[in-house]
Amino acid sequence: MNIVSSPHAHGARPVGQVMLLVMLALLPATLAGFWRFGWPAVYLWLVTVLACVFAEALCVRLADRPARPALADGSAVLTGWLLALSLPPWAPWWIGAVGGAFAMVVCKHAFGGLGQNLFNPAMAARVMLLISFPVQMTQWLAPLPLGSAGAPDALAALAITFGGGMPDGMTSASLLDHVRAEASQGVPLSASLTGQFDPLALGAGDRAGSLGETTALLLAAGGIFLIFMRVIGLRIPLAFLLGIALPAALAHFVAPDRYLPPLAHLLAGGVMLGAFFIATDYVTSPSTPLGQWLFGLGAGLLTWIIRTWGAYPEGVAFAILLMNAATPLIDHYTRPRIFGRTRDGRSLTPAAPKGN
Amino acid sequence: MGAPDTSLLVRLRRLVKRRGAHPDGRKHPAADTETTALPLPARLTLPLTQHIGAPARPLVQAGERVLRGQLLAEAAGPVSAPIHAPTSGTVRGIGEVQVPHPSGLTGPAILLESDGLDEAVDFSGADPFTLDPAEIARRVAAAGIVGMGGATFPAAVKLALGQRTPIPTLILNGGECEPYLSCDDRLMQERAAAVIDGARIILRAIGGSRALIGVETNKPQAIAALRAAAAGFDQVAVVPVPNRYPMGSETQLIAWLTGLEVPSQGRSADVGVVVHNVGTAAAIHRAIRHGEPLTRRIVTVAGGALRTPRNLEVRIGTPASALVAFCGGLTETPARLVMGGPMMGMAVNTLELPIIKGSGGVLALTAAEIGAGQAEEGPCIRCASCVGACPIGLLPLEMAARIRSGDLAASVDLGLKDCIGCGTCSFVCPSKIPLVQYFNHAKGELAARERNKMKQDAIRELVDARNARMEREAREKAEAAARRKAERERAKAEAAAKAAAEATEAAAPTDTGAAPAAQAASEESPA
Repeated sequence: MNIVSSPHAHGARPVGQVMLLVMLALLPATLAGFWRFGWPAVYLWLVTVLACVFAEALCVRLADRPARPALADGSAVLTGWLLALSLPPWAPWWIGAVGGAFAMVVCKHAFGGLGQNLFNPAMAARVMLLISFPVQMTQWLAPLPLGSAGAPDALAALAITFGGGMPDGMTSASLLDHVRAEASQGVPLSASLTGQFDPLALGAGDRAGSLGETTALLLAAGGIFLIFMRVIGLRIPLAFLLGIALPAALAHFVAPDRYLPPLAHLLAGGVMLGAFFIATDYVTSPSTPLGQWLFGLGAGLLTWIIRTWGAYPEGVAFAILLMNAATPLIDHYTRPRIFGRTRDGRSLTPAAPKGN
Repeated sequence: MGAPDTSLLVRLRRLVKRRGAHPDGRKHPAADTETTALPLPARLTLPLTQHIGAPARPLVQAGERVLRGQLLAEAAGPVSAPIHAPTSGTVRGIGEVQVPHPSGLTGPAILLESDGLDEAVDFSGADPFTLDPAEIARRVAAAGIVGMGGATFPAAVKLALGQRTPIPTLILNGGECEPYLSCDDRLMQERAAAVIDGARIILRAIGGSRALIGVETNKPQAIAALRAAAAGFDQVAVVPVPNRYPMGSETQLIAWLTGLEVPSQGRSADVGVVVHNVGTAAAIHRAIRHGEPLTRRIVTVAGGALRTPRNLEVRIGTPASALVAFCGGLTETPARLVMGGPMMGMAVNTLELPIIKGSGGVLALTAAEIGAGQAEEGPCIRCASCVGACPIGLLPLEMAARIRSGDLAASVDLGLKDCIGCGTCSFVCPSKIPLVQYFNHAKGELAARERNKMKQDAIRELVDARNARMEREAREKAEAAARRKAERERAKAEAAAKAAAEATEAAAPTDTGAAPAAQAASEESPA
């Protein structure tokens, strides 16, 4: 006889569907990235995703579990996808392959697979690549839309991704790189930003940057779609953006020549991708409501601190990893109050019944 | 929404804290059709345990003819409930039958064969407002009324609470937040006056001053009917509550209607509230006004595998199969049979089970309805859907992880004992983790350990007592022996002293103290 526990109804979206919705939300920004950076970006994306899928299948098979259900949940594809979006668009193929394999094998399956990892695999892989291959990981280029003059066709792009890499003389600095370089030579922001910072262009992605991080507005739209679909909560993204914008606004107000305006911080680099798609990773973010606020604020604040005073121009990945490490601790100290108990866990003392 | 005296702060807090879930209601078409009385079945099975507490003690014997309303089994303790004959007929015996319990275990039951005449004993009602509150509670107890919402706690015990200290607020639970079920909905629509009268009778019994009837907003006709029936009774208010599971949970409903939080491990009376189901109120009305014991109830028969879902008024003890047959039978083999609602009801493996006092529904669910088409249980992805859904504010994912690794103490630390088993967490889990099953398992395991510990403590006490007794006896024996020895020695010493004295007397007297020396020796020896 079959004994089953209640409830006898089920109302949740299965994990696979959740992952599909996230991919759907990423699609516009990804397509924009493909259009802007051309065929090499498409190849790099493909290589990274495939590397993740192969590595996942290998790990699951090594653990003597069937590969099909593990692949069907789509988490490997999503990790590869997110990692690809954070890579320089014309990076050589092995960057994507090594990064994807590292994300799956070291960051996910070494911890026990889906749901067990401490760090976001995509961000951990990105940081590993950045530290190990600083040259390849900082070769940005100005947008070269598909079909425009000088853009490589599908065949020529093969030579870039799988061959010699980015041709010399094409590299261009990202906004954060540019500002940092100028500042190190004592040029005030008012001068270095002239002609460089146009919020609209920055938001629309008309700038040098990672494969999928540049189109900030499309990423934000995808994020809002996910919030609307109740795939992610509002707390982490909102707290993340506030965590950057508030200190940036304060610093900019005090010393406009030294500190970037908040809008530049929000639209540049990987903030939108980080806030809506990386920091909201279920596995590596806190599960309590208060914890989610703290996590988001902390990640945002750390991003701003690293960008402002750190050794790297961009800090989203580092900030998220640092907060990932703090997640178990945050969860432990931010447990919600239990109904009928005080915050420290004692039973509520019965209120005297109201008289008639 | 909420009671008129709900403070603004509480209302604001509700806007941010939206817990629980919105399972698909699926209450139609059963909720739209009038309640029909099920024809008398040929045989009735009346389990002796249809309530929380001690099983009832049977008073009839095989072969005896009984009338409807006759007492068949009496309450066996302060928390228990009597059972009455639902129709006239012959008692065929008392036997072990399968009872509605998820384990499929059997239990003792009175088997009654109907004679089709449905002859009743004389019922005598009374005007409740001439009765003493204690007398109301006594009559409700004698009528065998238990919580009709499914909890089956003897209703009279809760009425008697008011005799120590008056309880100002009565809440009638018309939430019916379980999907499919509409028996309370139909009852409130069709017998609104009985519900309101029941509320007034309970108020008198508990010494209360106001009654709030909480009804989910998805039952507008019930709200309208109750309001019409309550017109003119100032102390009774019908309050619409949001349509959200588990609004029908006692503590949740109290919190929503009054803003009061029942302390953990406490009772609703601690905050001056007592909660009864609307069905219980109607049954109390019948018992007091007409003297009729609880022998029938309304049951929702529904589910995708059923031909014509509807509500039936059935005699307690009717086999569930008779209800299904009356509703046109099954259109396909159901993937799961459930007694009660889908969120907290129990899966059963046969329809040959009797309807008991707490049965609100018989559901024949298809595979699609129970979500069997989706993938099986997967790993937890820490999405925290369960955290957002838990009405108690627990962390189901963390508790389940602790239980999985066998650390029950840690899960208790996280609030396992506060879990009400509502199933909202399992319902919203994208990985289909049977969280409630984990929690119920852990609660059972803890209870078993507690019992084991009590047993061991009792044994240890017995052993300690025995050891103490044996020690005492040994000590007493040793003391007695020592006493005897001392006496012997003293006697010996005295004899020696006497002999010495005689010798001294005989010889020349000296100043050497032989006798005192012997005495000293004899004094030391008993130690």
